[in-house]
Amino acid sequence: MSNLQVSVYRYNPETDSAPYMQEFQVDTKGRDVMVLDVLHIMKEQDSGLAFRRSCREGVCGSDGMNMNGKNGLACITPLSDVVKNNKLVLRPLPGLPVIRDMVVDMGLFYKQYERIQPYLQNDTPPPAIERLQSPEERDKLDGLYECILCACCSTACPSFWWNPEKFVGPAGLLQSYRFLADSRDTATSERLSNLEDPFSVFRCRGIMNCVAVCPKGLNPTRAIGKIREMLLADAT
Amino acid sequence: MVTNITSFGRSGLSDWLMQRVSAVILAVYTVFIVAFLLFNPDLDYYAWSGLFNQTWMRIFSLLAFVALAAHAWIGLWTVTTDYLKSTRLRVGVQAVIILGIFVYLVWGIQILWGA
Repeated sequence: MSNLQVSVYRYNPETDSAPYMQEFQVDTKGRDVMVLDVLHIMKEQDSGLAFRRSCREGVCGSDGMNMNGKNGLACITPLSDVVKNNKLVLRPLPGLPVIRDMVVDMGLFYKQYERIQPYLQNDTPPPAIERLQSPEERDKLDGLYECILCACCSTACPSFWWNPEKFVGPAGLLQSYRFLADSRDTATSERLSNLEDPFSVFRCRGIMNCVAVCPKGLNPTRAIGKIREMLLADAT
Repeated sequence: MVTNITSFGRSGLSDWLMQRVSAVILAVYTVFIVAFLLFNPDLDYYAWSGLFNQTWMRIFSLLAFVALAAHAWIGLWTVTTDYLKSTRLRVGVQAVIILGIFVYLVWGIQILWGA
């Protein structure tokens, strides 16, 4: 079997006037390895190649990138899932400023996450024991709390590309609903009033790119629909 | 919260609701007009004019025109805020769009009650 042809986005703002694609020939020895393994083999060939990675098992969310046009985590994406005609094109997450090679500046993404106040707010006196939830109340958080903030969804979203300062984005909105749905949170109306403008939630056009790329199989579009239902119930 | 002054209802929630309600009105109106044309294959001026001489049809048509105006404003406003990053250009295009919608609306009313 011939070597895998990999094309990688390279950009070092200190030395390069413009980004370019670098070609690599990678010998996978016929095994169906993960894309992250391919990146490590390439780093042996060119130690200047920069990318983020940490846990290498789809938990930390560091190695989100664009593989043959689709966002995902390199560490849990086998070559057989993405490689076509023995070619693999790797680019950084779209829409965010590139710091170097595959490393992007996640500042805008985190700013939107911060804006939805991702922490429990409760103005009632603390009980002597924990604030308890019924199993049914806890069930509402399933499919919401599992998000690892890898940014694959928000950077696959055209609405986030065009208005990253105003549209919260699918990742932030999934977390927003995680706290709106939490029975222990009492800031529901304040949270909702921060979201009713034309951008924060309503710039979502429901194209579901976020659902298609989420490496954890979560559904931000459904959460956004729930937020809209809550806004409507609150304001009519 | 993100502020805005040129969107239709000054609120994302109200724009979103208006976009859906106006879409339903436009869908019903379109189905009605298409059905009327299909059931009247030999349509002449008198049948067409007779339809629009009735008050309920004028109300229905005006409702559809207003729905179209609101729908177009909300939709095109969204397009301008997505793609036009220069404030001067964006506000200018929004003004042209709103003016155009206003002209079409008044023209539609004149046609409905003018003939």
